[in-house]
Amino acid sequence: MPYTNERRTPEKMAEVATEIRRDIVRMLVEAKSGHSGGPLGSADIFAVLYMGGVMKHDPANPHMPGRDRFVLSAGHMCPVLYATLANAGYFPKSELMTLRKFGTRLQGHPGRDMELPGIETSSGSLGQGLSIAVGMAMAEKLLDHSDARVYCLTGDGELQEGSIWESVMSAAHYGLDNFCMIVDNNDCQIDGRVPDVMNVYPIRAKFESFNFHVIDVDGHDHGALLRAFDEARSVSGRPTCIIAKTYMGAGVSFMQDRFEWHGKPPSADQAAIALEELTRTS
Amino acid sequence: MKFEKYDSKATRFGFGEALVALGERDERVVVLGGDITGSVMTSYFKERFPERFFSMGIAEQNATTVAAGLALSGKIPFFASYGAFCALRNADQLRISVCYNEANVKIGGGHSGISVGPDGATHQVLEDIAYLHALPKMTLVVPCDYVEARKATIAIGEMVGPAYIRFGREATPVFTKDDTPFTLGKAEVFREGTDVAIIACGPMVWEALHAAEVLSAEGIEARVINMHTIKPLDTATIAAAARDCGAIVTAEEAQIIGGLGSAVAQVVVKNHPVPMEFVGVTDTFGGSGTPDELMKAFGLTHDFIVASVRKVLRRRAGELDGVHEMTEVGMPGEEPKNYPKPGVVFPIDELVAADRATEQVA
Repeated sequence: MPYTNERRTPEKMAEVATEIRRDIVRMLVEAKSGHSGGPLGSADIFAVLYMGGVMKHDPANPHMPGRDRFVLSAGHMCPVLYATLANAGYFPKSELMTLRKFGTRLQGHPGRDMELPGIETSSGSLGQGLSIAVGMAMAEKLLDHSDARVYCLTGDGELQEGSIWESVMSAAHYGLDNFCMIVDNNDCQIDGRVPDVMNVYPIRAKFESFNFHVIDVDGHDHGALLRAFDEARSVSGRPTCIIAKTYMGAGVSFMQDRFEWHGKPPSADQAAIALEELTRTS
Repeated sequence: MKFEKYDSKATRFGFGEALVALGERDERVVVLGGDITGSVMTSYFKERFPERFFSMGIAEQNATTVAAGLALSGKIPFFASYGAFCALRNADQLRISVCYNEANVKIGGGHSGISVGPDGATHQVLEDIAYLHALPKMTLVVPCDYVEARKATIAIGEMVGPAYIRFGREATPVFTKDDTPFTLGKAEVFREGTDVAIIACGPMVWEALHAAEVLSAEGIEARVINMHTIKPLDTATIAAAARDCGAIVTAEEAQIIGGLGSAVAQVVVKNHPVPMEFVGVTDTFGGSGTPDELMKAFGLTHDFIVASVRKVLRRRAGELDGVHEMTEVGMPGEEPKNYPKPGVVFPIDELVAADRATEQVA
């Protein structure tokens, strides 16, 4: 689909998100390894960010000065970022089928060295992407005085990394109101439910105590997501944390809300069922 | 002896002054502080360019990674702290966010080596060279004195890519001049000789020159090489030293395992194998004391270099066969001795008895 920065209706967003999900399934079954759960669960957030008119960006000019930036701190979720970028027109959709293969630009975790259009930074060692995003937001707001915004998505299990809180502290200290992080709150990580592995709750109170503006949102409700990003943009003097409640594996019945699907791909048979379900829901 | 006529000044001041010079000529230069700005001399920049100085608190992992973000947005960020915290505590951040990203981040690592003194082992970083020179894309510089620290800081600020400069706390002799040549990646021969080569970095270059004077009196002419850049390493100068001199001693204020000595040995073995000896910290942690006491106790003064040269020359002559442990410095049975770190030197029993006697009087 040709990309434009214009706003789309929630109905159109749903179509985009389904196409991203279908691509994720196709990529993973081809790659025979990779993460299914988080990418499927966060597809709605990516559809809204990149193709809902939220981010100022240009797929034909990935290094456009003054662009908004997106950092995927949870690097293992890259299939959803790759699928979104391809659907937005950053690179050919056929390249999605090279995921995780030798010599691909679509590395198992994003690698800036491969120069895939739209990838702002390498990530995969959890926690680091958030600090990089803070550095970018500092450059835009404090040094270049631009109105560019920086978005960063972390997992909820990722909040267990200590450096996350160093980063959060610094974003609030410098009043980075151009900084908007999204916590993909699917409550699942590799070893189990987040509170069982290491409890990170209450998430909202933690961010509020660090002087963030906090927004709770249904991470599958496109209209609500659009409103949340609008609200974040209107906040002055404080960074924003959007806690997006999602279901891991959303859209595929046998994956949904099951932490077992964090880090594995579907088999060919499972993929066929998943694609069938994703046709029906679109 | 003539070595005493030079003034002394710590390399950290060269770093701090150069940051201001860089800031004046390029407004993309920004500095991140980690709460010890007056100690690693980023305070100069902070005073001169407050709008381009960012206090990041005691949070080195975040500061390193924020620096990467600033670099990816076109800035030239310097982050400085003690090497223990900005080379090792943030090791993964350096690996992924800085080096894998090829982010144009510059790290200044202070309080390097044993000469930190009374602060003790936690603050005396000795393993930084081993880690940093294993990182792809990293440039690693260890300037030999205050003047060279200034030049090296300017040089890493002007190059594009990740770089680390290692400097010290203690005042050390300033023996290079403004016009002494300095090029990143190009070692300097500070003294000619063909009997043995001494390859050193940091303030140990001074000790190497001192050792060469002592050896010269014995008729041994040592080539002294200032290997200020450990990565990229000047392999041509090392290979030439091996061919011309036939024996090499390295000297560094760091762990010899993975340090300059390891790096040089790889080049020597690959190009022109000759006997080598290694002066450095021998697989042990530091401790408290005055810098002078510690440098002696840990085998890092010029006389250890002299002893190592004598030994390497005897080994070249076919003597001293057998297995030589890495922790062995100098010749067996001669002073200075093989070094393992000394234990507690105070007579604890006597101190306890003295306390008891005081209590009884009170």
